[in-house]
Amino acid sequence: MLAVSNLCAVRDDRVLFEHLDFNLASGQIMQVVGANGTGKTTLLNGLMALAPFESGEIYWQGQNTQHNPSMFKQNVSFIGHLLGLKPLLTAVENLYFLSQLQQKSASVADIEAALKKVGLYGYEYVPIAHLSAGQKRRVALARLFIEQSPLWVLDEPFTAIDHAGVQALETWLIDHAQQGGMVLLTTHHVFNPDFPLQRLDLTSYRPQEYR
Amino acid sequence: MWSSVLAVISRDLKLAFRQSGEWLNPLSFFVMVISLFPLAISATPAKLSAMAGGVVWIAALLSVLLSMDSLFRQDYDDGSLEQLLVSPAPLPLVVLAKVFAHWCQTGACLTLLSPIAALLLHLPADVAWALALTLLLGTPTLSLVSAIGAALTVSLKRGGVLIPLLTLPLHIPVLIFATAAVQAALNGLPIEGYLALLAAFLVLAVTLTPLAVAAALRLAVGG
Repeated sequence: MLAVSNLCAVRDDRVLFEHLDFNLASGQIMQVVGANGTGKTTLLNGLMALAPFESGEIYWQGQNTQHNPSMFKQNVSFIGHLLGLKPLLTAVENLYFLSQLQQKSASVADIEAALKKVGLYGYEYVPIAHLSAGQKRRVALARLFIEQSPLWVLDEPFTAIDHAGVQALETWLIDHAQQGGMVLLTTHHVFNPDFPLQRLDLTSYRPQEYR
Repeated sequence: MWSSVLAVISRDLKLAFRQSGEWLNPLSFFVMVISLFPLAISATPAKLSAMAGGVVWIAALLSVLLSMDSLFRQDYDDGSLEQLLVSPAPLPLVVLAKVFAHWCQTGACLTLLSPIAALLLHLPADVAWALALTLLLGTPTLSLVSAIGAALTVSLKRGGVLIPLLTLPLHIPVLIFATAAVQAALNGLPIEGYLALLAAFLVLAVTLTPLAVAAALRLAVGG
């Protein structure tokens, strides 16, 4: 379980949000919402320790992530705004590298299966530079099936993906949650009302007056 | 942990192989500078061999500095740097792996090219050995130290210009002792003392600079 208490983020002398508490238990999908500039990406980057929070604590399975960062990092798949794929390497080479970096031992067959699942059968050995924006996003999403981490942290995963891909991604999220996984994502995508989802509205954690 | 480190090294070498212009550029710069000296100064063997150590080392220092901007630039632009930061592997070790892969493309190649440089500058064979040894011990220190500059400037658009400015003072001791070693070898004096000092600089750089580079990278990504 991911538990977050009393987070406060400051960017350029502006308090984005404060006193932010939430829990993410297994089987839950949480969508971080809020207008542009309310700190959605800042929240995800801060959780991944890419940028420091002003204050607050993050607990993973009851342990403070600052005290034991590698245990938390081993259990998270993070796909940020930038995908982290090398244009000159093929999809398989990129994914093989990223899985080794995450200290997961994925075979080439696993990677090919994951690429097939995200609809890139036949593109396994094409350099990333030759793929379209949506296909690149799909390559990045294939990591989720290779790394099989309990927690997925996704920043705008629906960007550039076609209609069929959006529906497929929705089912992958639900499948992951049903298998006991957790998803934390930011998106402006509008889910169906019956989608099993929790919302975290950052606007309500914004300080009322400018400080 | 070691699988991540090996993965970083092999990926960076593979990338270098696919864009050979990136790493061949500093090497051709190195050879060009050295080949111009006999033409511009004098072709007298005695004069050339007297200044060979300095010429080769200045050319090596400048070509390493030229190549340093590419160390983290692409990783920063395509988001690979974020993935390196969120990986469970300790960041200083990952940094060491990246600098090692980069050194294989610059310092190691310069060391291999140094016999050609020695030939162009009329250095006797035994002094050419001394020159290669100083490059082998000295260029990793140059790469490690300028990696701090590369990390500090990676979030700036034209940060590459600042790397020499930031790190040049730190390269001076290496330059002094390396050229002194070549000079001593030319005069038939023992060079072990100089080499020991260069090795000491290298040990210091290997242990301390990855921590500084890791801190600078965190600042660049989080700032």
